[in-house]
Amino acid sequence: MWKWLHPYAKAEHSYALAGKLMPWFLVLTIPSFIIGIVWGLAFAPADYQQGDSFRIIYIHVPAAMMAMAAYSTMAIAAFIGLVWQLRLAEMAVAAAAPVGAIYTFIALFTGAAWGKPMWGAWWVWDARLTSELILLFVYMGIIALYNAFSDKVLAGRAASILTLVGVINLPIIHFSVVWWNTLHQGATITKFEQPSIATEMLIPLLIMIFSFATFLGVMILYRFRSELLQREQHRAWVIKLVQIKGRG
Amino acid sequence: MLECRNLTCVREQRVLFKQLNFMLSAGEILHLEGPNGAGKTSLLRLLTGLSSAYSGDIYWQQENIIKQRESYYKALLYLGHKSGIKPELTVLENLQSFQRLYSTQADADLFEALLMVGLVGYEYVPAAQLSAGQQRRIALARMYITDCKLWILDEPFTSLDKHAVQVLEKRLIKHAEQGGAIVLTTHHELSIPESAYKKLRLSAPAEEEQYV
Amino acid sequence: MFDAFVQVVRQDLLAAFRHQSAILNPIWFFVIVVTLFPLGLGSDPTLLSRIAPGIIWVAALLAALLSFERLFKDDFIDGSLEQMMLSPYPLAWLVSAKIFGHWVLTGLPILLVSPLLAVFLSLKMDAFCALFLTLLIGTPILSLLGAIGVALTVGLRKGGILLSLIMLPFSIPILIFSTMAIEAASFGQSYLGFIALLLAMLVGAITLAPFAIAAALRVSVS
Repeated sequence: MWKWLHPYAKAEHSYALAGKLMPWFLVLTIPSFIIGIVWGLAFAPADYQQGDSFRIIYIHVPAAMMAMAAYSTMAIAAFIGLVWQLRLAEMAVAAAAPVGAIYTFIALFTGAAWGKPMWGAWWVWDARLTSELILLFVYMGIIALYNAFSDKVLAGRAASILTLVGVINLPIIHFSVVWWNTLHQGATITKFEQPSIATEMLIPLLIMIFSFATFLGVMILYRFRSELLQREQHRAWVIKLVQIKGRG
Repeated sequence: MLECRNLTCVREQRVLFKQLNFMLSAGEILHLEGPNGAGKTSLLRLLTGLSSAYSGDIYWQQENIIKQRESYYKALLYLGHKSGIKPELTVLENLQSFQRLYSTQADADLFEALLMVGLVGYEYVPAAQLSAGQQRRIALARMYITDCKLWILDEPFTSLDKHAVQVLEKRLIKHAEQGGAIVLTTHHELSIPESAYKKLRLSAPAEEEQYV
Repeated sequence: MFDAFVQVVRQDLLAAFRHQSAILNPIWFFVIVVTLFPLGLGSDPTLLSRIAPGIIWVAALLAALLSFERLFKDDFIDGSLEQMMLSPYPLAWLVSAKIFGHWVLTGLPILLVSPLLAVFLSLKMDAFCALFLTLLIGTPILSLLGAIGVALTVGLRKGGILLSLIMLPFSIPILIFSTMAIEAASFGQSYLGFIALLLAMLVGAITLAPFAIAAALRVSVS
């Protein structure tokens, strides 16, 4: 059913569409980030147990959520790409993977940094941290596979297949790690999630999550556009685009 | 029988051929010509469905081959650069494997086929111990037991001696006479009369057309 | 249909038996890796029996990785892989046959040498039974998962390390459930729950993996 979408026009239109959407996302990201970070770090009340060190939650939780969101985006794109043979969707998988990997890395890093004051060690085999570490491995596998193919059309398809295999496996991995953790560590470690979070703390957190989500959109669109330009660099529309930009 | 519509092939961003159209009916032999790198092998692999085209479609009996792989492969015999011969298995085992996994004549006689390609006496020798030309002949022996209609042959004459070439040419003509169709590439001058086959020339696209 | 399955398994086994080092090397590797641990950690039987499940399973994973290279690579090089893809039988079905053959050549020998390793690592009888069961169910899952990785990387010149990068993270659940089952068994607890989970994963892998592998091969061989 997608065959009528002429492949030439399609790439051009997607490039333009991505270009139109990107500024809107950026407009949403910047103010929400400033409000969220200032509110969270300076005005939200300190935690009665953890003091100020809990404030890293304003980076850690949004990053961890967006690490998963990026993967879901990739999975949907991979599915569309493979089922309808849409090369652009496969390209989106490749564009989103490094963004997701970096979010995962931020989540891991802030999680470890949070662990230092909480547990007295930089690294603890907490279920959630371990799952994030494995998610990072999966991202790295997808990126490495994509880079290993010299033909980028095949690379995109291979990365899409691996992404879908990961979608089935990641929940199993997470489940197994949680189980492994409860058996091995018992209740000696306080979990991240507190029974409830005060409203004054929650609102800046939600703002930060919103900000991270829109920034995820910006990054994926940006990378999608550059990926597209690079892959189609010899096409007439790209050459024309470069000439116009060059003259202007 | 076989039809290509607007076939465009791109490899690592370079166009090999563009908007290619042709039709092949029963009883026809199509000889693909062109310099090295013109995309002959790529076209053959597209025709088998092993690789997918950048754009355009291939039809077998008026239906897209992607949508009917299993029935298309019942009618397709493909001989590639790599002959698909397992070096650890004997000549006979290799042929038996072909007989069980592909569509063959019900009364196919493996020894008869080995006789035709001159491998009698080597039945129980592991393929690894044979010369390149002999290994090639194992693959060619498939042509005597198959009942596939469409043959796609990539350089079938490589490393064959003169006599074997003649035998093979006769087999090709016979297949066409029996209503089969053949697409082949070769740098060897066919001794088949010009009228008996069609030619399709692939040439590298001009500089400004190298990219889609 | 079934004939084709048997034929693929038969020719793979034949080829492997004529090329014996190919079967034996991963097994020797497995035994040697397991032997290294007592040498590195000391021969205290209580310590060894406590860490034995992890050691054996990690070694089995590594041995499986070593043997995966052979699964499609030879076929890719000599062209029989592309011939297999042009067979009128469904590719996922033939691929299942290849994986079954591969498991007989690599998973089964690991099962057979496991009693020896149980003795090396002072495993008790209960724990050994659990180990055997987890290997019996877990190694086919490994073969199926590994085959996805091999199918994705078979066309690449340097696919070896990439294969481990891709597949090792996915094998973590098998490692976790198996070692937990063995541990539970060594404490005299019931481990049937873990076995059931592994069985469920096996069923899932058998039904889904062949299609992923077939799709991956269509990308790699093009």
